[in-house]
Formats: sequence, structure tokens, C-alpha cells
Amino acid sequence: MSFIDRGRLTEATVREGMKQVRQALLEADVAYDVAQDFTKRVAEQAVGDRVLKSLKPSEQIVGIVYRELVTLMGGDPDSDFQPSSPAAQIGVKRDGVTVLMMCGLQGAGKTTTCGKLARALKKDGFAPLLVAADLQRPAAIEQLRTLGEQVGVPVYTEDPASSTPVKVCANGVKEAKRRGDVRVVILDTAGRLGVDEELMKELSAIDRKVGPDAAFLVADAMTGQDAVNSAKAFNEALELDGVVLTKMDGDTRGGAALSIKAVTGVPLKFVGTGETLDGLEAFHPDRMAGRILGGGDMATLLEKAQREFDADEMAEQQARMAEGKFTLLDFQKAMGQIGKLGSMRSVMKMIPGMGQLADMDPDADMDGEVRRVGAMIDSMTQDERLNPDRIDRSRRNRIAAGSGVQPHEVNKLLKDFKGMSGMMQSMSGLGMRDRMAAVKGLAGQMSANPGGQIQQRKQSTKADQDLAKLRAERKRKKQLAKKSRKKNR
Amino acid sequence: MALFEKFKSGLQKTRQVLNTDVRDLFKAGAILDEEMLEEFEGRLIRSDMGVEAADEIVAELRKQHLGRTVDPQAIAETVNAKLRDLLSGEDRAEGGEEENADPLTRLNLNPDGPTVILVSGVNGVGKTTSIAKLAKLLTDAGQSVVLSAGDTFRAAAVEQLTMWAGRIGCEIVTGEANSDPASVAHRGAARAKELGADVLILDTAGRLQTQTNLMNELGKIRRVVGKQIDGAPHESLLVIDATTGQNGLSQAEKFSEAAGCTGIVLSKLDGSAKGGVVIPIRRRMSIPVKFVGLGEGLGDLAVFEPEKFVRALEI
Repeated sequence: MSFIDRGRLTEATVREGMKQVRQALLEADVAYDVAQDFTKRVAEQAVGDRVLKSLKPSEQIVGIVYRELVTLMGGDPDSDFQPSSPAAQIGVKRDGVTVLMMCGLQGAGKTTTCGKLARALKKDGFAPLLVAADLQRPAAIEQLRTLGEQVGVPVYTEDPASSTPVKVCANGVKEAKRRGDVRVVILDTAGRLGVDEELMKELSAIDRKVGPDAAFLVADAMTGQDAVNSAKAFNEALELDGVVLTKMDGDTRGGAALSIKAVTGVPLKFVGTGETLDGLEAFHPDRMAGRILGGGDMATLLEKAQREFDADEMAEQQARMAEGKFTLLDFQKAMGQIGKLGSMRSVMKMIPGMGQLADMDPDADMDGEVRRVGAMIDSMTQDERLNPDRIDRSRRNRIAAGSGVQPHEVNKLLKDFKGMSGMMQSMSGLGMRDRMAAVKGLAGQMSANPGGQIQQRKQSTKADQDLAKLRAERKRKKQLAKKSRKKNR
Repeated sequence: MALFEKFKSGLQKTRQVLNTDVRDLFKAGAILDEEMLEEFEGRLIRSDMGVEAADEIVAELRKQHLGRTVDPQAIAETVNAKLRDLLSGEDRAEGGEEENADPLTRLNLNPDGPTVILVSGVNGVGKTTSIAKLAKLLTDAGQSVVLSAGDTFRAAAVEQLTMWAGRIGCEIVTGEANSDPASVAHRGAARAKELGADVLILDTAGRLQTQTNLMNELGKIRRVVGKQIDGAPHESLLVIDATTGQNGLSQAEKFSEAAGCTGIVLSKLDGSAKGGVVIPIRRRMSIPVKFVGLGEGLGDLAVFEPEKFVRALEI
């Protein structure tokens, strides 16, 4: 084909692909100049790249763009993003009072974000104090006070009639020092409809008088082209240390994230999701990149490209696991992958917490087991693989005959699978760390039950106990890790 | 007229930007080429009108002027005509949007009893403030207004509206924090009937258009007031923040499904944002902009006049 030049991306191909990318970025509200610069730069880099065998050029271009986006927003496309704790993100000092100043336009969600941060800090043991420095918006003080009550955090206020924002902030910090136990002071400053001089003067005055340790911009993820203007203005006035992107629970593509990062270079720290006070998450560059590109054709292209870039099918399986859908087909695929990786026993030794299983029964023929299970699933019809409940006696006998095993072995497989898919479902609600913990828990269960069958989780209060156990386990691990870190120092 | 002055000054920035753009981009005597058009497309896109609408305007320019000597006047006319076209939509022929700054002509009034106006929008767009301004505008036009503080969710939202009501001097009906907003609307409707008020404005809590349960709640509010007052709500206004990007389209679409939007209030137009997203909204869903918010003061709400808007651009 003419557009592939000896297996490398040509200028023409890249230009065509970039047109689509540019359109997608603009529709996601990435600022015009940022979209223009970005596509130009990436296009220059992409020309001459080797075309991966399994990808169409357009897919590969989207893949390259995705990786660039992730990198630009502070992530690493080749490794899982591990967010640090809220206190670390904010940069809470080892001792003394850390002052965090929040700013942003009206309606961006400053006050709510203050409440969310206070909650997160308090949870991690850093007692916060909220300071209501928005004396302009009617009822802003009232709102912060209510939020403070909800999260159980003190709120410092002054009568708006006889005070100024600078005074409130300075007195708020004094109050924090007087109290002694406060670790972080969060200043909720006023917003304006647009960026204006008066607001910037007010913020600079607070900045000079109080000298906050960090200044965060709160920006609405739904903002369009104007996002760059306000971010620039705030950054010039305050030298921002971080950005919180709010209202991310909506269906906005959130191009503002890229615009702000590209124009100011300020790292994105948190995203706000929802009005309830637990709706605060760490910013994930990879998720954001997918979201900005997402939608329609792009999503499909990206999905394919990513899969190939990752060079395996694990991602898809994880997604299915996350949805709680896990069929015999996935089970078989997982088996296949394990088979590819090498003998079962050596693989298991590499998985933390599973080592005990591998050492447990030296006589158990794990690899043979894997082969037999594969044969049984191979002997099923597609329909049976997707709906194992359909397998009745006569089907079971047929499968057993087809794969050269005894009918009771088919039964055992189905039972194991059921237990496993139940486990997948219960895991689907958990984060990655919890999932690892749950797998470990399962390994323990298996070694304690040499019969080798995975028990189906009963839907009862027991689940809560298990969770509590997991949590305690995790806490212990963390402490251990901390200790060893200290020792290494 | 004072309102028009305010409207004009609020749009000054937009006008200046577009005007200077046209002049230093399309210099008289040069030949209009693709490069100029691309540059101009960028300026259009920066107004948040979206790629599609911008491309349409650029296509029109290309058709009429490409390869010819630049006549800035003629180019400005082409752009303005196209903009007017995009903003006016289909019902222009029916006289739906004539030049008239009287706010009452923009509202579908209920001849026999209170006219009910439901106001909705995502969080932080300025619903409560817009309601206060609208109440002020209507009060000044000789209407008696009752407000219903239906944002029972956000901390201190009720206090905020109560404060405004006090300043305007109109009646307000409130509910307990976290109580059912439909019940507040119900009591608001009862109170408006009892007082024989002309207009009842229903405030609602901000909600993202993806929160299905909350969107269904809007439907419930509609049904509840519809049972009490014939044809209510007679107007359903969606407040959109002028800084909003292309997500405004999704907002218009989903709020229309849930609340049957009849018009848009474009808030915060006095900032540096231009609110261009109303153009694709008008094009795709033919929901007209009825009012624009031009400042933080109580009097800073104006009737939106597309003709005037575009004519102002031509000056």
C-alpha cells in the first residue's frame, strides 16, 4: 500500500491521522493553540516510526498520541500510576503548620474542594483548619461552616462586614498555631466571574502577608477554551503548586486538564468527583489521556492500539474482571497465558504470597492439571463456555469423553470456576491493592484446604470480617515497609 | 436604553476581539488564502463555538472570498450573516426572537394564574444568582414574584437565595436541608396561588447531567407543579456558564430530556469567555438563548437579542 513506506509511518499518513486527533482534542475542549502545537510536535516525532505489524497506521498514531498525552500530563505510559497520599501531594511539612491556599473562578467548586481535602487530611491524621476567606459570595462562609461540621473540622470565620480577606487569612493561621494540634490550614479564597485585577490583587496580598506553603488552583473540568486564560493569570499571580480538576464525574472529556498543564506546567494533583465529601481522587494521567481522546472512533482505535502496545491480553481480562464478567473463555485464556509463561510452579513462586502454595504439595501435578482443564474447556461448545450453567448430565458426559477425563473432573472444574467467578465479582469493587490482598487471602485459603477446591464466597456478614482482616493485614504490611525504609536510611 | 448599554459593554470584549481579528487578519488588498482561513478558524474555535460551526463559517468564507482580493467589509458581512443564521435557528420566521428588550416577551406566560419558571443547570453555573437577577428583572417589569428555594442539597444555598429575596423584596418559600425538592416546589406553587402572584421561579440543586437519579428528580418536580398549576412549568430555563466548553451540548441535550428546556440563560458572559457553545446548541437542539448574565450585580441580566448581538459585532 502506498501510505506505508517500507514499514515506517510516512508524513502523509501521519498528517491524515493527526487531523483526526486534532479534531478529537478540540472537541474535548483542549485549547486551540495547545492542540495545534501538540499535534505538530507529535507528528514530527511519529514520522519514520516503525509500523507495528499488527496495527493499522491510524491505530498506531493514536497509540503514540496517547503515550504522549500521558507523559505530558505527568504520567508514565509503561507503568501503573501509583498516587501518593493526599498529604504528600499537598506537601505537608514534617512538623509545624502547613498553609494551603485554594483559588479559582466562581463556581469551580473551591469551597466543596476545601471540604473534601479537609476530610482526606483528617482521615490520614493531619488535623486541618478551614479558613473562610471568601467574604464576597453570599453564604460562602455559611457553606464552609456546614462542610466543616459535616467532616468534623474546625472552621475559622470573621464577620465579613468588619474584616478583609487578608486579615481573615492571617488570623486564621495564627489561630491554627494557637491551637497547637493543627497541621494544615486550608484557605478558601473568593472567586470572581472572570479573572480580574481586583481578585489578583487580593490573592497576591494574601500571598505576601500569609506566605502559604502551597497554592492550588481549583478548575472546572467542563471549562472550554477559556481555561488557559484563567490558569495563566492565577499562575502568574501566585505561582501555583497544583491543580484540582472538579466535576469529573460528568461526561466532560476534560481537555482543560491538558490545556492547563501545557500552558502553566503546574502538575495536576486531584480530581473532584461528585458533591459528597468523599468525592476526591488522585489525578491519573493515563485515565485522563484516554478520556480526552475517548469517544467514538478514537476510543476503538485507542483500545486496539493500547492492547497491542501492551503486547498481551491481560488488560482486557482485567477490564472484564473489573466488570465482574468472567467466563470460562477468560479462564481458558488465563490458563493459556500461564502455560506460555512457563511451568505453573515457577510462576507461582514469583507471585507474592503464592509461594507457599507452590511449596505446599510437591507431588501435585500442577502442569498436568492445567492441560486437563484446557482440554475440558476445548471440548465445550461456545455456548457452554459462556453459560456453564447449561451443562447438564449428558453434556457433562460428552465433555468428559471428548477430553479424556472422568465426568466428576468436569464437575470439579465447573465448581472451581464458579468459586473463582464469584471471587472475581467480589473483587471487582476493590482497588488494585485490595485485589492483590484478596488474591493472597485466597492463596492462604487454598493452602489451608488441601482438597484444592476454591470455596464459593457466601453472601453474608462474613465478607465484612474478611475485609476488616484484609485491612488490618495491609496496615501491618505498611508499618513493616515503613520500618524497613527507616532502617535502610 | 440602560439595559442595552450594559449588554453592549458586556459584549465589548467579544466585539473588540472579533473586530481587531478580522482587520489584522484580513488586510485589504491581500489575496485571501487557506492560511488566513485556518488562522481565522482558530479564532472562531477559541470562542468555544466548536469545530463544526467554525468550519461552516470558514466554508462560507472560502466559497465567497477565497482567491479574491480581501475586502474586510464584505468579509465581516459574510461572517456576521452566517453567525446570525447560526444563532437565530428555525423559529426566526415565526417572529420568536424579534428585537425587543422586554423580558416578558421572552417568556411563555400563563394567562390564568402564576407563570411557573423552572431553573436548572449543572453545579456552579450561577443558577441561584441568575434566579435572583431574573426575579429582579421581572419585579422591575411590574410582576409579583415568588421564589421557591429548591436547592435543599448544597450547604447554605437556601440562605443565599433568602438573602437575595430580602434584597429584592419578594416572597420566598424554603424547605428543610436535604428535604425533597419536589415538596418545596409543591409548597411554592401553593403559596404563589394563594398570593395570586404573577410568576413563580423554582430553584433546583445543581446536578451533573450524568446523574440519572437527580435528573429524574427534575421530572418529578415538573409533574408535581404541573398537577397544581395548569401547563406548569411554562418555562424551563437551563443556566449555562459562558466558560463551558463543548460539554454544554451534552448539558443541553440531557437537561432537555429531563426538564424539557425552553430556553437558556448564558451566565458569566462578562469574563474573558465568549460563550460560543450556545451556537452549536442552537443549531442542534434549537434551544434559544433567552437571557444573558453580564456581571455580579443584581441588575446585570439582560434579554438576549441575537440581531443586536451580531449588529454589535459589525460596528
